[in-house]
Amino acid sequence: MINNETIAAIATALSESGIGIIRVSGPDAVNIVNKIFFNKAGKQFLLSVASHTINYGFIHSLDDESIIDECLVSVMLAPKSFTGENTVEINCHGGVYVIKRVLLEVLKAGARMAEPGEFSKRAFLNGRLDLSEAEAVMDVISSKSESSLKASLNQLSGSISKKIKELRAAILYEIAFIESALDDPEHISLDGYNDRLSEALNGWILEVNKLIDSNKNGRYLRDGISTVLLGKPNAGKSSIMNFLLGNDRAIVTEIAGTTRDTLEEYVKIDDVSLKLIDTAGIRETENTVEAIGVERAREAAQNADLILYVVDVSSDISHKDIELIKMFPDKKGIVILNKNDLINNDAAKDNNILLSLVDNVNGYPIINFSTVTGTGFDELRNIINDMFCSGLIKNSDQIVITNIRHKECLEDCLTGLMNVRNSIDNDMEEDFYSIDLMDAYSSLGKIIGEEIEDDLATEIFSKFCLGK
Amino acid sequence: MSANSNLTLNNKLVENYDVVIIGAGHAGCEAALACSRLGLETIIFTVSVDSIALMPCNPNIGGSSKGHLVREIDALGGEMGKNIDKTFIQSKMLNISKGPAVHSLRAQADKQQYSKSMRQILENQEHLTIKQGEVCEILWESINNDCCGDDNSKNDTTVINSTNVSAYTSLADKKIIGVRSYTGTTYNCKAVVICTGTYLNARCLCGEAITYTGPNGLQAATHLSDSIRNMGIELRRFKTGTPARMDGKTIDYSKLSEQKGDERVVPFSFSTDPESVQKEQVSCWLTYTNEDTHKIIRANLDRSPIYAGIIEGTGPRYCPSIEDKVVKFADKDRHQVFLEPEGLYTDEVYVDGMSSSLPEDVQQAMYRTVPGLENCRIVRNAYAIEYDCINAKQLYNSLQFKKVNGLFAGGQFNGSSGYEEAAAQGLIAGINAAMYVLNREPLILDRSESYIGVLIDDLVTKDNREPYRMMTSKAEYRLLLRQDNADLRLRKYGYRVGLVSRETYDNLCEKEKQIKDEITRLKSVMVGANKQVSEFLANHNSSALTQGVSLASLLCRPEISYKDMAEIDPNRPELKDDVIEQVEIELRYEGYIERQKKQVEHFIKMENRKIPADLNYDDVPSLRIEARQRLKEFKPLSIGQASRLSGVSPADVSVLLVYLERGNR
Repeated sequence: MINNETIAAIATALSESGIGIIRVSGPDAVNIVNKIFFNKAGKQFLLSVASHTINYGFIHSLDDESIIDECLVSVMLAPKSFTGENTVEINCHGGVYVIKRVLLEVLKAGARMAEPGEFSKRAFLNGRLDLSEAEAVMDVISSKSESSLKASLNQLSGSISKKIKELRAAILYEIAFIESALDDPEHISLDGYNDRLSEALNGWILEVNKLIDSNKNGRYLRDGISTVLLGKPNAGKSSIMNFLLGNDRAIVTEIAGTTRDTLEEYVKIDDVSLKLIDTAGIRETENTVEAIGVERAREAAQNADLILYVVDVSSDISHKDIELIKMFPDKKGIVILNKNDLINNDAAKDNNILLSLVDNVNGYPIINFSTVTGTGFDELRNIINDMFCSGLIKNSDQIVITNIRHKECLEDCLTGLMNVRNSIDNDMEEDFYSIDLMDAYSSLGKIIGEEIEDDLATEIFSKFCLGK
Repeated sequence: MSANSNLTLNNKLVENYDVVIIGAGHAGCEAALACSRLGLETIIFTVSVDSIALMPCNPNIGGSSKGHLVREIDALGGEMGKNIDKTFIQSKMLNISKGPAVHSLRAQADKQQYSKSMRQILENQEHLTIKQGEVCEILWESINNDCCGDDNSKNDTTVINSTNVSAYTSLADKKIIGVRSYTGTTYNCKAVVICTGTYLNARCLCGEAITYTGPNGLQAATHLSDSIRNMGIELRRFKTGTPARMDGKTIDYSKLSEQKGDERVVPFSFSTDPESVQKEQVSCWLTYTNEDTHKIIRANLDRSPIYAGIIEGTGPRYCPSIEDKVVKFADKDRHQVFLEPEGLYTDEVYVDGMSSSLPEDVQQAMYRTVPGLENCRIVRNAYAIEYDCINAKQLYNSLQFKKVNGLFAGGQFNGSSGYEEAAAQGLIAGINAAMYVLNREPLILDRSESYIGVLIDDLVTKDNREPYRMMTSKAEYRLLLRQDNADLRLRKYGYRVGLVSRETYDNLCEKEKQIKDEITRLKSVMVGANKQVSEFLANHNSSALTQGVSLASLLCRPEISYKDMAEIDPNRPELKDDVIEQVEIELRYEGYIERQKKQVEHFIKMENRKIPADLNYDDVPSLRIEARQRLKEFKPLSIGQASRLSGVSPADVSVLLVYLERGNR
């Protein structure tokens, strides 16, 4: 049976603050926690409390009845809980070790460790979340930046569902109108209908396009802007990297790459994160043949969203720099003139000629930068924000598509709408419109799970079994 | 065991048949012919032999989407198409300004000829007995259904249309053993098809005047309902109506606009020689209601049995009475009225568009406001009729009752309206009664291959609160379900069942091949921008070529037809018109057809996700209560069907899918 098991997991991120919540969900949630939860008088009492109450008490060890932590325990009975099942949440205060101990007791008392995303899966299966909302939960879990979290939370609160439902309702209205006119031509006329539909169609196409475009930005929000530092050896790439990392030390996370042997380090720049890709080959740590370094750099840059090209202005700018930049004409990039603090007027003059060469290669903007004084950091920030977030974060109401499946569905929807556009332009009879309108309608339905998919079950399983 | 009977008769006569058909309307006739043609001893009961295949309402066959049904009936080996081809007096292909999917054939019938001709077919049919009389009791016995165990339910790898016989019998606790007539004779049989139309406990209303008769003043069937209820089958009341018939001599035709038939008539039946239907036709006439008409109706609504609450049955939304139209479309200042001859044998004229249950005085005043009818005399009054029928959710798609093996139903008794809808169901119910007796797999048509499939699926899965009328909008895949390709879609089933001959089937296969070959040829033959082609294009106001193209792509230009292209395509094979028609449609609408086929693929996948008949829905966690109830009540055979049930949401279906998926893992 799907939901006969009661599951438990730590529902908040573990931090040194030591405050955390353990969520227990399933038919036996209350029974299980009751076994280890006692009041001041040492009595079990959880079975008798009302739903949606917060209860004070102590978690005891099952083995020797010693007190592990002082806790607040909230009880939410089915169906009015996040998962739609009986849910108990234990608020612990005793630090990481204690939270883990409490979880261990819950598991001993009969719960099973929840798989990643399993709470969301249950919420979805119990009709508490639609598919897009459940996916948003998954995105929240894996959010890399604040804006990403905002977008996911926005989605979780149903703003995508709402938008999709509006679009679907509008499309369905037109399908119904065409069909009614076919059924009852005497009373429902299609005279002048093409113009009306055209107008509606243009509006939908615009909106769907906007949603699809938002995905590009949405991806940056969720995954961070994949950024590669390029430049000749000793241009100061490492120091820039360290400067950026140091500038935002508190939120730097180190995630050991699971798919490749690189370190990815996240640097928060206002609302987005830069995912700094630090390949061993790019940083010249030894006297390797330059060609190898260039080759690796090329590879990394090819997959990047942003290239930060570092030039040491205190030494010289060579044609080599220009060649390197020119290798990536389609990429977004910024030229960082590093060691600005070390520059003296004479050197600057010498470099002016070459500087003018660097200017405008690939349209990359140029920033004077110093890791010592911090000159140029604000400019860098502004340029990155302009490049990747223009108009995006400013308006918190805007819906951002962060999910690749949603984007594919929207693209299918767009294809359907464009087909209708063609049908109108080619003077096809109205009864042909329905086929493609229906396709557009179903594609949108797939986003919110209103359209039943034959591989839905597999989809759900794979979706919710992905790691955090 | 038999149901209660309050009759005390000494008649001990017993006769033996394979199949009993109750009712000889359009459903009953098709059912009876199907069974007897498959070699089963069949008896058909009618309250009056003179009312076989009666057309008590409109004098036409076909029309938008209904014409599709007639073509499909014909492709499967039914009789309706052939019969109307013999007895029509006007014919018209409707909607030709629209796409080929909604072209629909409609023919005006000579009502009496239609009925007589069908009666002759029945009389001459081997293995078929016609009996005038009322069946008042259906005889059954209990069955032990323990046997429908595991070995029968593991059939989830089946392809569509080859579902296991047991899937359609395992829920029953009764089986049919015979029927008894009002006069006391017992007819033993293995299967019964109920086709009682509007006759069961019928009540006709003309304003305040109520008569307990069937349509057209015929005797109602008043005994059978109790027997049906005693089997655990629920009945309900529906209503429908018919307009007045005018004396044609009192109509002023000079004020009407004439509606002629097509110059070149297309027959309904794929077996009818097109030359045999080119004949002189009669005309119909168009006029309109006006504000005066509407005023009279509005002023007298309280005397309409529906609006006064006398009628409890629900009427058809899409075949509304003039009262309903005036109320519903209050902003319209006029409604169409077609005056249609009832036949060549009579002056009576049917007033299409003005059915009514208003009292006689209001009727006369109302009709006389219509231009052309100022001095009309009514021969037969308009009336509404109310009758017992079932909610067809009690049936499988095979049209067999889930609870009673061997009991089938078709036609208006199932909650539909219309001759064509009735005939289609009658044919399927008849075929499946025969399949049941012969212990063969039932014929189930799905929504992606026929209007009949849509009709039956809608009837048995959806909450129909009014008589169900076929409409093109109800077919999701209508571009594939055209009236022109019904033979290509369904002949194979008619042949498999045994109603279509080997020769007919071979011809069909040959046609299929010719279409395919010709499409391939047109796609491969290239023409260049030479002088001959350029002239040809110029002559047809078509833009010149800049490079070589295939004949197929030239044919996609709306201004160029296949026949036109003969002059630039000297090596073409000799092909019949029906083959050319298919080639043109397939090529012109190729993109749309391909996209629709994609939609069908998805549909079929869902239909093929079988749900075991013995699934206990109480074991499926997380189903909403309403959905659980609907699923338990209905016991859908596939995920696709479950998704179409009213009260079952996509989320519920997802839960079900996940549950079944779990089971497979």
